[in-house]
Amino acid sequence: MTAATVIDLDVATVRDLNARLQALGRDSNLGPVHVRHPRGRHALAVGVSAPVDILLDGPVGYYAGGMNDGARIVIDGNAATGVAENMMAGLVRVRGDASQSAGATAHGGLLVIEGNAGARCGISLKGADIVVGGSVGHMSAFMAQSGTLVVCGDAGEALGDSLYEARLFVRGAVRSLGADCEEKPMGAAERALVAALLDRAGMAAIDAASFRCFGSARRLYHFHVDNAQAY
Amino acid sequence: MPADTPRTPPRVSATFDRATIAEIQRAAATGIYDIRGGGAKRRLPHFDDLLFLGASMSRYPLEGYRERCGTDVVLGTRHAKTPIEIRIPITIAGMSFGALSGNAKEALGRGATIAGTSTTTGDGGMTEEERGHSRSLIYQYLPSRYGMNLRDLRRCDAIEIVIGQGAKPGGGGMLLGQKITDRVAAMRDLPPGIDQRSACRHPDWTGPDDLEIKIEELRELTGWEKPIFVKIGASRPYYDVALAVKAGADVVVLDGMQGGTAATQEVFIEHVGLPTLAAIRPAVRALQELGMHRRVQLVVSGGIRSGADVAKALALGADAVSIGTAALIALGDNAPALEAEYQALGTTAGAYDDWHEGRDPAGITTQDPALAARLDPVLGGRRLANYLAVMTMEAQAIARACGKSHLHNLEPEDMVALTMEAAAMTQLPLAGTDWYPGKAPG
Repeated sequence: MTAATVIDLDVATVRDLNARLQALGRDSNLGPVHVRHPRGRHALAVGVSAPVDILLDGPVGYYAGGMNDGARIVIDGNAATGVAENMMAGLVRVRGDASQSAGATAHGGLLVIEGNAGARCGISLKGADIVVGGSVGHMSAFMAQSGTLVVCGDAGEALGDSLYEARLFVRGAVRSLGADCEEKPMGAAERALVAALLDRAGMAAIDAASFRCFGSARRLYHFHVDNAQAY
Repeated sequence: MPADTPRTPPRVSATFDRATIAEIQRAAATGIYDIRGGGAKRRLPHFDDLLFLGASMSRYPLEGYRERCGTDVVLGTRHAKTPIEIRIPITIAGMSFGALSGNAKEALGRGATIAGTSTTTGDGGMTEEERGHSRSLIYQYLPSRYGMNLRDLRRCDAIEIVIGQGAKPGGGGMLLGQKITDRVAAMRDLPPGIDQRSACRHPDWTGPDDLEIKIEELRELTGWEKPIFVKIGASRPYYDVALAVKAGADVVVLDGMQGGTAATQEVFIEHVGLPTLAAIRPAVRALQELGMHRRVQLVVSGGIRSGADVAKALALGADAVSIGTAALIALGDNAPALEAEYQALGTTAGAYDDWHEGRDPAGITTQDPALAARLDPVLGGRRLANYLAVMTMEAQAIARACGKSHLHNLEPEDMVALTMEAAAMTQLPLAGTDWYPGKAPG
């Protein structure tokens, strides 16, 4: 097994860390990188294109794994606002809870939050997949355009408000649906999609058939005066 | 009653004038508010309400055609390793591919590059046309994040975080279904043909304290190389500029309500925000009080039309200006030669503002391939470059007359105000006096 490269943020700066990780090419064969003492610092391991395994060994601040473009990042703690924001590819796994706007605008890759996520999880999602082991806060998947949000717990108020084509799956209770979000049939294709994502997230023991599916009613795609109260 | 009895002539109400009545009738018939492009059309206090004094016995002018009058500007000197150096203090404002055709974006890039200045993407991502033809390209970072990606973030020359724009402070974007072609839809990750509404709030930060962290992330993503601009709609410029500086901005872009939009409700355009003239002085005051005037550059936009406007904005304390509507006019928007086609659309050259409909006969605000092909990007770029050169020479002519060897040496003392309103907004003396409203006597 390749020995981990250790970067200690009690010694190195955030700039040192990111510069090192960003300098790795897509064909890098660097072994795992172990980042010690993150201590809630912001913008850790952002914009990494190499398929490298990165362990952030503790709680992280805002935008950890932001614009990730291929790295496999594990956060062994809680994550503050905007974890994996605008991710393009790769994996970000949060072993604790995530604050608001987790996975905001993410285009690709997989974000796994083993605990709960705060408000606006998956806001303006653009193609990435998000699996949350616990519950999500209000306004999750607001204006989500494409991609998938799987919530194993409950969803807060106004789930999927102003939704476009993203697909939402919730196992627990949904406090309320946002404008133009409606429940959709949960068929075999949907069960297969959820099962595959749960498997990739390491949560294969959860029964995909126990989820409900939500999507856009597409009533707001073109303005109509009778829908004015929804705008 | 005898036939020759004098009658009361028909009298149109000042309150319910013809336009107001027509709008009520249109609203009743359609059930939707009026949407259009462009900026505020109502008469507003503007740069026309200021005059330069020129040199006289106590001021020494520069020779008009010989003595040097510098025009260069460096934007982003505060933190960025690689500031943007431009030859003239006039930049091209952000306008999206989607709102504009690919040819129009290319023409803007070509014209700006010939003139030695920068151009800016918009709410739709970066196209190859504009990147390929723009020497300095500013990449907008908007609430929608349409097309936002790491590659483009690293191949731009500066990043502009858009908080708002002058035509609609507090409002999000809008691009109606007619213009959501397959290419536009793919860049925005949206279904083709739908009415697209961009978010008005950023998805992953709220307020100035968060913005500081967002700026830190953007710098980390780009190796601290690129200047970070923060664009605000003129609303509360004193506080917004101060907060942008506090958050770490290298450049603040301040857009007044005459600044254009591709599509917004008429009521929003005409009734929300501040005129450009009213916004500059509070913005400059905020920078001065923080000791950041000229260290954080101020770019002013919204209704800039001529070298006189450029000179006046700079004299009030801006470092540069930005143009959008005027640049489109230079490309060919509202050209009289297209009058018959404007008439067919129910409008006239000089008044066409239905940019959201995608039927622009000039081929600028459209995604229709046949219409877009009407705009030759090389010729359009040349026209824009000509216009930018004229504006620059006009500003230099004024500056030399004021005895200034660089446009940045223009100062409030060079000007007076023609109206009480302009005097109050700019704190320039009313022409012929040494007083402005609010100034204590004596």
